[in-house]
Amino acid sequence: MTKPLLSVRDLVVEFPTRRGTLRALDGVSFDIAPGEVLGMVGESGAGKSITGAAIIGLIEPPGRIAGGEVWLGDTRIDQLAPEAMRRLRGRRIGMVFQDPLTSLNPLYTIAQQLIETIRTHMDVSEKVARGRAVALLDRVGIPAAARRIDDYPHHFSGGMRQRVVIALALAAEPELVIADEPTTALDVSVQAQIIDVLKEICAERGAAVMLITHDMGVIAETADRVAVLYAGRMAEIGPVRDVILAARHPYTAGLMGSIPTLQHAADRLVQIPGAMPRLDAIPAGCAFNPRCPQVMDRCLSARPGLKPVAPNHAAACWLADTGVTHG
Amino acid sequence: MLAYIIRRIVQSVLVMLAVALVSFALFRYVGDPITAMVGQETSLEDRAALRENLGLNDPFVVQFARFVGNAAQGEFGISYRLQQPVMELILSRLPATLELALISGLAAFVFGVGAGVYTALRRRGALSTAIMTLSLIGVSLPTFLIGVLLIWIFAVELQWLPSFGRGDTVVLPWGWETGFLTQSGRASLILPAITLGLYQMTLIMRLVRAEMLEVLRTDYIKFARARGLSNRAVHFGHALKNTLVPVITITGLQLGSIIAFAIITETVFQWPGVGALFINSVRVVDVPVMSAYLVLIALIFVVINLIVDLLYYAVDPRLRVERGGVRH
Repeated sequence: MTKPLLSVRDLVVEFPTRRGTLRALDGVSFDIAPGEVLGMVGESGAGKSITGAAIIGLIEPPGRIAGGEVWLGDTRIDQLAPEAMRRLRGRRIGMVFQDPLTSLNPLYTIAQQLIETIRTHMDVSEKVARGRAVALLDRVGIPAAARRIDDYPHHFSGGMRQRVVIALALAAEPELVIADEPTTALDVSVQAQIIDVLKEICAERGAAVMLITHDMGVIAETADRVAVLYAGRMAEIGPVRDVILAARHPYTAGLMGSIPTLQHAADRLVQIPGAMPRLDAIPAGCAFNPRCPQVMDRCLSARPGLKPVAPNHAAACWLADTGVTHG
Repeated sequence: MLAYIIRRIVQSVLVMLAVALVSFALFRYVGDPITAMVGQETSLEDRAALRENLGLNDPFVVQFARFVGNAAQGEFGISYRLQQPVMELILSRLPATLELALISGLAAFVFGVGAGVYTALRRRGALSTAIMTLSLIGVSLPTFLIGVLLIWIFAVELQWLPSFGRGDTVVLPWGWETGFLTQSGRASLILPAITLGLYQMTLIMRLVRAEMLEVLRTDYIKFARARGLSNRAVHFGHALKNTLVPVITITGLQLGSIIAFAIITETVFQWPGVGALFINSVRVVDVPVMSAYLVLIALIFVVINLIVDLLYYAVDPRLRVERGGVRH
């Protein structure tokens, strides 16, 4: 495997609260190769967005990185000074947020926001920046970009605004784009277009993508590899095909079972019983043990680590040692 | 845009008519104007003739129409107390009040926004805590008490600043009597301006702080940070501008109340403005001055409101609907 672009090692993120410290992320490790698309799935509150925020250095206080390392290329970025981290944001790591309706400042035109971003990171004149901005808008599929660029965000529909957001995230040509549920807030009919635009434009520029979503369909079509998070821990990570067809963690298997497909006209969708534990009430041993259909004595006391189960494929489950797959 | 302006102006005129009605009622029903004008020995016939001459027997609507017509031309009659045309009196006192209101309003806005932004950005700093605590005092102390305290400290104990009056003034060519151009005029302005502006300043500061904290939590601020914009650009370019939309409204309205409530400050500092004129007129039931003051204050409020609404347009592009709303 080539040297990873992003390498996250044993990342721990904590939120101190009055009733004790909550661990939102507990020892998460993964790599992203240059140009690769890594899907990140899990239920709400599993830690997907926190992972993205931790990488780009925008965890909301009082949350903080309490342990682990984040490497971008040869630079360790989890301990960078605020100013150095700021320079890196947008320039080396771009980010796309969930809701395009609120991601853009309503009081500035698209041109002002794009040019401001470009000129923050690149030493170019206003005119050059504007030219780049128009080209970017054109590339993300805004019709009549040269004219629309002077419009305000409220002149655009949700799908168009998310295209603008993508243009903004990519304005300074970052090597990694973190897309945090980029289509959740959008109309179903434009979701696929937005994902296509994001994937194409990143592929063109050789940017890697960390795609945070809870839509397994999007992951299956878009990602090269997928990471499954559960209660702030990595449950399974591997190539999309392997994880979907031969899940090694019962939770992943449950997630896959809950996707409706046209091929298998099942009477009922499989549902994982129970709910993810709250962060202040994570059980001992494996966090998934109260809901796991194959729970063993060992799962109640000892926490399974992430272990390789196949080339490029790792799972954190005691069953994985025994070679059981959940297809 | 034009339709909007016209609609707002029509509304303003309606408000002014309503105020004129109150003001007119004051004229008509607070005491008998004839009694106020004539001496005790005037005969009943003379009184009746005067009543007829002045049109006081005309129907209510006619009298009101006449009042509005006169008021629109700045004609409010003669002051009972000073025997001068009311408009002349008010115009001669207005510069003092306007200069005081302008300076205290400006100071309140500048320091209010500055302190508000500072306390929002350094939420846990020692200075922020100190400012917030002091602002509580500013909000809760009554204006006259602040004025008296300031006089006691700076005029009586320290003897740095004058305790009353406007100091020396200069009359500008167009009849405006200003205190800005002399040393004593400027020194006299400081204490009243602080007294009048302190409450507004704390109000603006708390508003800016609350709005700013709200805006700093929004997605577009997060996204601006994620794009690597500098703190300065995020705080002052993106956050502050969004904060200012509601702040402009409140500040505009406060400017109106600064002028209206200058009464108290002017009384404490014997400031020769329209507020002091009004208080002295109330004492002797000088109805023409009172009703003219009422109309004047209403006019100032209405005009400021109008300007604030138009400023919205300048700040918030979402209100500029002439481009035809959302396009896809």
